[in-house]
Amino acid sequence: MKPAPFSYVRPSSLDEACAALASEEDARVLAGGQTLMPMLAMRLSRPTLLVDITRIAELIGIEEQGSSIVVRAATVQAYALRSELIAREVPLLAKALPNVGHPPTRNRGTVGGSVAHGDPSAEISLAATVLEAGIVFRDGEDETSFLPEEFFIGPTVTMAPMGGCLTRIVFPKKPSGRVGTGFHEVASRRSDYAFASAAAQLVFDEDGTCSEARLGIGSVGDVPVKVDVDGLVGGAADDAAIRDVVAEALRDLEAVDDLHATASYRRRAAAALAERALREARDEALESRP
Amino acid sequence: MKTELTVNGRAVTVDVEPRMTLLDCLRDELDLKGTHAGCEHGVCGACTVMVDGRAVRSCLMLAVQGDGLDIRTIEGFAPDAGELSVVQDAFCETHGLQCGYCTPGMIVAAHALLSHNDEPSDEEIRDAISGNICRCTGYGQIVEAIRLAAERMRQSNTRAFEAEGGESA
Amino acid sequence: MTEQLRPGRFVSANRRVREDRRFVAGKGRFVADLDIPGVAHVALVASQHPAAFIEEIDASEALAMPGVVGVLTGDELAASTDPLMNGLDTPHVRRFPLAVGQVRYAGEWVCAVVAESRALAEDAAEKVRVRYTKLGFVLDAEKALQTDSTPVHPAHGSNVLLDKTFVWGEVERDFEKAEEHLSFRVTWGRNSTVPIETFGVVAKWDPWEQVLDVWASIQMPKYSDQIARALRIPGNAVRVHYDVDVGGSYGVKRGIKHSVLVAYLARKFGRPIRLIEDRIENMRAGDAHGPERIFDVDVAFDRDGRVRSMKMRALDNAGAYAGRAPFQLGKPIGAIVGPYLIESVQYHAVSVTTNKTVEEAVRGFGQSPTNYAIETMMDRVAAHLGIDRIEIRRRNFIRHEQFPYTIPSGSTYDSGDYHVVVDKVLEAVDLPALEAERDRLRAEGLCAGIGVAACLEPSGGNSSFEPLLNEKNRTSTWMESCRVNVDGLGFVTATVHTTSSGQGHETLVSTVVGEVLEIDPDKIRVVRPDSLGSLPGNSPVGSRMAIMLGGAAAKAAEDLKGQIMRIAAHALKVSEASLVYREGTIEGPDGLKLQWSDIVDIAHRRFHDLPPGVAPGLTATHILQVPTGRELPKEGRAQMYPCHSFEFHVVLVAFDPVLAKPEIRRYVIGHDCGTVINPHIVKGMTLGGIAHGIGAALLEEFAYDEGGQLMTQSFLDYLMPSSHEVPAVEIVKHVTPSPYTVFGQKGSGESGYLGAPAAISGAMHDAVRAWGITFDKLPIRMSTVSDKIAAAREHDRKTA
Repeated sequence: MKPAPFSYVRPSSLDEACAALASEEDARVLAGGQTLMPMLAMRLSRPTLLVDITRIAELIGIEEQGSSIVVRAATVQAYALRSELIAREVPLLAKALPNVGHPPTRNRGTVGGSVAHGDPSAEISLAATVLEAGIVFRDGEDETSFLPEEFFIGPTVTMAPMGGCLTRIVFPKKPSGRVGTGFHEVASRRSDYAFASAAAQLVFDEDGTCSEARLGIGSVGDVPVKVDVDGLVGGAADDAAIRDVVAEALRDLEAVDDLHATASYRRRAAAALAERALREARDEALESRP
Repeated sequence: MKTELTVNGRAVTVDVEPRMTLLDCLRDELDLKGTHAGCEHGVCGACTVMVDGRAVRSCLMLAVQGDGLDIRTIEGFAPDAGELSVVQDAFCETHGLQCGYCTPGMIVAAHALLSHNDEPSDEEIRDAISGNICRCTGYGQIVEAIRLAAERMRQSNTRAFEAEGGESA
Repeated sequence: MTEQLRPGRFVSANRRVREDRRFVAGKGRFVADLDIPGVAHVALVASQHPAAFIEEIDASEALAMPGVVGVLTGDELAASTDPLMNGLDTPHVRRFPLAVGQVRYAGEWVCAVVAESRALAEDAAEKVRVRYTKLGFVLDAEKALQTDSTPVHPAHGSNVLLDKTFVWGEVERDFEKAEEHLSFRVTWGRNSTVPIETFGVVAKWDPWEQVLDVWASIQMPKYSDQIARALRIPGNAVRVHYDVDVGGSYGVKRGIKHSVLVAYLARKFGRPIRLIEDRIENMRAGDAHGPERIFDVDVAFDRDGRVRSMKMRALDNAGAYAGRAPFQLGKPIGAIVGPYLIESVQYHAVSVTTNKTVEEAVRGFGQSPTNYAIETMMDRVAAHLGIDRIEIRRRNFIRHEQFPYTIPSGSTYDSGDYHVVVDKVLEAVDLPALEAERDRLRAEGLCAGIGVAACLEPSGGNSSFEPLLNEKNRTSTWMESCRVNVDGLGFVTATVHTTSSGQGHETLVSTVVGEVLEIDPDKIRVVRPDSLGSLPGNSPVGSRMAIMLGGAAAKAAEDLKGQIMRIAAHALKVSEASLVYREGTIEGPDGLKLQWSDIVDIAHRRFHDLPPGVAPGLTATHILQVPTGRELPKEGRAQMYPCHSFEFHVVLVAFDPVLAKPEIRRYVIGHDCGTVINPHIVKGMTLGGIAHGIGAALLEEFAYDEGGQLMTQSFLDYLMPSSHEVPAVEIVKHVTPSPYTVFGQKGSGESGYLGAPAAISGAMHDAVRAWGITFDKLPIRMSTVSDKIAAAREHDRKTA
């Protein structure tokens, strides 16, 4: 299980990286390698050139920019997991991160790599989908930003421009008000690719009325999806309301069927996890001070 | 491709194909056979080593990516020839192994945990080694070993080793 | 019965396992660690099809690639080697390391490519062009059994490798007389032990010495004989190096096809050749899958819960070639009634070929699947009669005073104390509290269930199943050996004549020899001569080494001690009976004393002081025949293994009815393997066996799609329990010594695994008892559980 031969460059700037990516048709970005390396080893992926972006300073780091938190693409997941900025301003992402892989894979795997790969069970992608984060690519001289909804188009298929390099993910900061989040998933083993995952964020006003409701489902269909739970807005989001709104929202959810989990199971599990995530988000929001 | 690595405190230069993994480089170029290949696709954890103080899977990293980085393998944990680290000794005390194949990766994961958590709960221990598959032991005596090592290190007020920034395991 | 030594100072003491030191330092010596100068590497060209004729192989492009040494096809190999050994008398099911003319499963090796590095060999393997004509194929055992199914081996005429019915006792009469009957079907899914080290082998041919050196991660009886036979070279031209550490096996490391292939290549190319399977090769073509078995059981019982008779059909899917797989239907005959008094049994053993990967020996050699069927039977009978599941087992257990007890199929169980072990476990577990905990979890809306399993681990492996299933096979010994030397300076060295894969044989031998000679085991060296320098042995299979290697080592040490006593009596001019051996010093009457060093001096240097009949040099060898191994099977009845360990599992499982992810809340096992030689080792085996059983029950399966492709060929899809899935396990110990072994020891290498799948299945059923749901196949997948509960709820809702 050895990769087919390839060349390798490790540029120190984004410009160099983009030039290298443009120089060969089958050039590919290598970041943490936690997904790409197995594919190389099994020769399922056969790039002729790997462009290692893990030492490009401008692609590493997490920072506040106005109403957003910018996570640069080559930021290691373990670093993001320890980030106080993320914990404070993007709590849903903070809840998603411990579910990504194992400690040793988080020590190399990057936030951008997880999103760029387009796996339908990727937790960071689900959080990005729910929060409508911006997925920003540099393609030659151009910069293109995608919404997750348009970026993920199939299992490990994305709108990423050929020869482009993911530079950052722009997460909106949590809104003002009483905000709560919930993230739940289920897999055969705790750290496996999930069969179903749900991420929720609710905002309540001071008198306990829900003013904004977001829910996303991952791992069930070909891509992570944001589903409409606006039915909770204007009410207290009690258990019954959550149950009804989730049932309605997931009515037409597409689900894949495979050896490990049937489609019917994935749908049922998604609903249960969605309710759990929403209940947790509600309880957390109502416990928080405005 | 010329690559400079620091391995167990020693600077070495290797000339490898870009496609060579760090795992194969350690074993075949540097003759450090204690790091084992189990699956070569990043699931079993047998190839776990420390890179800049953090446990990583050496099959999921190219040797050329290790350029300039500090790498520590199982051979780098014994204080001296014939002398065991606290963690290694604890594995012997509780028989936290059988065939010994997953053991180096397991011990690296244990060192990584204990470098930042000197009083881990069983739950934390299990979490720290959850990426290392063992087919012999059912993990029971491994958990005992790490618990015992932590206790001994607390008593002697030492740490598994000085590391910065590493996440557990 | 053997005269028994008393366990003492070192036996049963909590001593460290001596092998551990090298492994924790990363200094094990595994086959992939060996640096053999000039070695070339092998990669395989694998079949994409489950069945096809090989029309043409074009290796020209591969041969032109950089670093390529050569390419070997099955036709060439088959022309110069004999087929690999079959267990049964099935001469037309021919198996070679590479496919010959036809491929029979997806992943089967078609060509071997040899190059200067593994990566280059893989590069070249991609360039070998194979033209196939696809053939029909069969995956399902039931379909393979049908007379119109496509035979995997046309020359054999059908897919049936074995179809044998045994009737022990008055089955029909007992069925007629019994008050109740029930029948059911359960299926044991295809899984395996999947060691973290894949199989690997290095071979080197020395044309001047005419010797083939082999280093391999092997656990296999008669390994060197089989290599020699296949290559048509003398047995003493094969030298297997036993000082290679094996990175786990649990039965499956039987890489005979790899070894013959590599040995042939080493001779062909005149240089050392190495094949270390990668994980994909290991999973789909390492020929190391375990049993895949359908059980149809009819049971006759009375209303008091006493089981009168059982009819069992076991249909095993052997995969594409025969190998030893069918024998895994034979070994369970030695414990076909489990720990129960069942007076008659009909057993119908059927093995078929299919277009799946070849089956190999797996921990327990068919016993764990059989125990799963027997324990399911006990649960079903209990449910049918409304009797408690533990109570029904108690009513059927063989009682302590009935041992040695001969079961209908002809095997005598050595000893046991089943009721007491169960009592001890129930006390430890506090059953009423456990039931209250289960009910509390149910009240929280979870599904919660308690499972129990009682079963035996036959141990001390001989191979009576071979002559039982194949009349041409006349094997009635399965010996093991040990030699103990005292050197000229008085230091002790003992030998092991096999490889080890984590069983701690060096600790076993040093402990036993130290016990007999009353010297510190840590001062005894244990070495492994190569196969040409070795005494006869049969490798650590069949849970046998504590009994067989431990027995041989003890006997050799006793022999040595006898020599010492004779030397001392002669030197001190007193009778042997008047002497006492104490920690290497011999004390006689009136303060007479002879030191160890004196004995060593006489034995090694002073022939003139040796008594007549004692050879110089202080060395002793013992070749141990398997206890109770006396004769060939008669009329379908066989004495299988000599010793029978007992285990009783109690497990509490809980899960959310929708997500259905089982969480093991409590796991207690009562374990009686007689006298324990090293408690750490036995504990580890038991815990590891349970983990393996959890995998078999809930996670692990080699599953094929409709096109005959293996879907679970990487660790992303073949799911092995991690430290999250395996709970802390409590072990309740009990010791019922075996009367047939030197210290009363029995085997423990398969412990835990033999009952865990049954216990977990029982717990899963208890958890969904309210709906009357059954899970008839292992592994029990989460989505199956959730889907069945949803269907039952839907049904309840409609009928409400």
